[in-house]
Amino acid sequence: MDSATSEATRDTEGTTAHGTAPATRPPLHSSAANGLKIVIVGGFGVGKTTMVRSVSDIRPLNTEETMTRAGEGVDDLSGVRGKTTTTIAFDFGRISLNDRTVLYLFGAPGQERFWFLWDRLFSGTLGAVVLVDTRRLEDSWYAIDRLEAHGTPFIVARNDFGGPRHTTEQVREALDLPADIPLVDCDARSRESSRDVLIALVHHLYALSTESTESTTHHAPETSS
Amino acid sequence: MSRPGRDEDPDRLYTVTGGRSRSGTGADTFDLVTLVVSESAPTPGMQSELASILRICRSPTAVVELASDLGLPVSVVRILLGDLLADGRITARHPRTSDVADALPDPDILKQVLVGLRNL
Repeated sequence: MDSATSEATRDTEGTTAHGTAPATRPPLHSSAANGLKIVIVGGFGVGKTTMVRSVSDIRPLNTEETMTRAGEGVDDLSGVRGKTTTTIAFDFGRISLNDRTVLYLFGAPGQERFWFLWDRLFSGTLGAVVLVDTRRLEDSWYAIDRLEAHGTPFIVARNDFGGPRHTTEQVREALDLPADIPLVDCDARSRESSRDVLIALVHHLYALSTESTESTTHHAPETSS
Repeated sequence: MSRPGRDEDPDRLYTVTGGRSRSGTGADTFDLVTLVVSESAPTPGMQSELASILRICRSPTAVVELASDLGLPVSVVRILLGDLLADGRITARHPRTSDVADALPDPDILKQVLVGLRNL
């Protein structure tokens, strides 16, 4: 009798989390038109998500990107159809700068496989913050190396975990950081401190940007070891 | 019939995009932070992911937010957005950082960012 003849009543199966997140997220201004990106790169547990949360207008969200590469020279121990799938999860938040401009902040893992996706995800990024923990500086070597290789402007922010203090010079030396790249201290749990890190990055970008309009040297000089 | 997949089930992703792993024309232009706006309401019988996108994008929504909301990889969302764009159901507001691709950001945009950050 009461068979399913009326309007299409969808059961909830398979709808998973659709529509739940937007309800809790304030909508952007209707005139929002320009999305900008800043990427916070760092090793596991260094405070990337904490920093995103500290300055974001919204609770940080999480998403992922996958990339399947067919039969390249990648290690293929499993032999599964000669394909390798790389999946990278990342957090993000956002700051509405004005009615038109929205800054998106991405917390990205610095591990090796992630860099396969850098161009796909983060081309056009304004710049990057390399967040470091002085107890594990070596975690950020690779990220710094890759950012330099990609030509992405960046600064380094030392997250204060209350460990033994090192001088700025010691950290610079340990990171082999060129003198023209700013190194700042921060507490990623603090909104003001995290905001100041972003401001330091934008100052650095501004200096680079106005510099490059004066001298049109596109390519950084090659420094072979 | 294949079971409706969940989460990372590749079958689900395959079904969602009609078997395409690569985007058609236009989809590659969707940046993570391209802001998407609906130009029409969902229609009955429309694929649920497409209907969700049209609902969410009543206010401008970034591609990466859509991916998070839908629980789909960014690349899959780009394919769906390419379809909606081709049908005129959405418009896309692409990021502008400078006039030249891969150049350093425009000083005027950086000034805007500084002002916005200082107001936090």
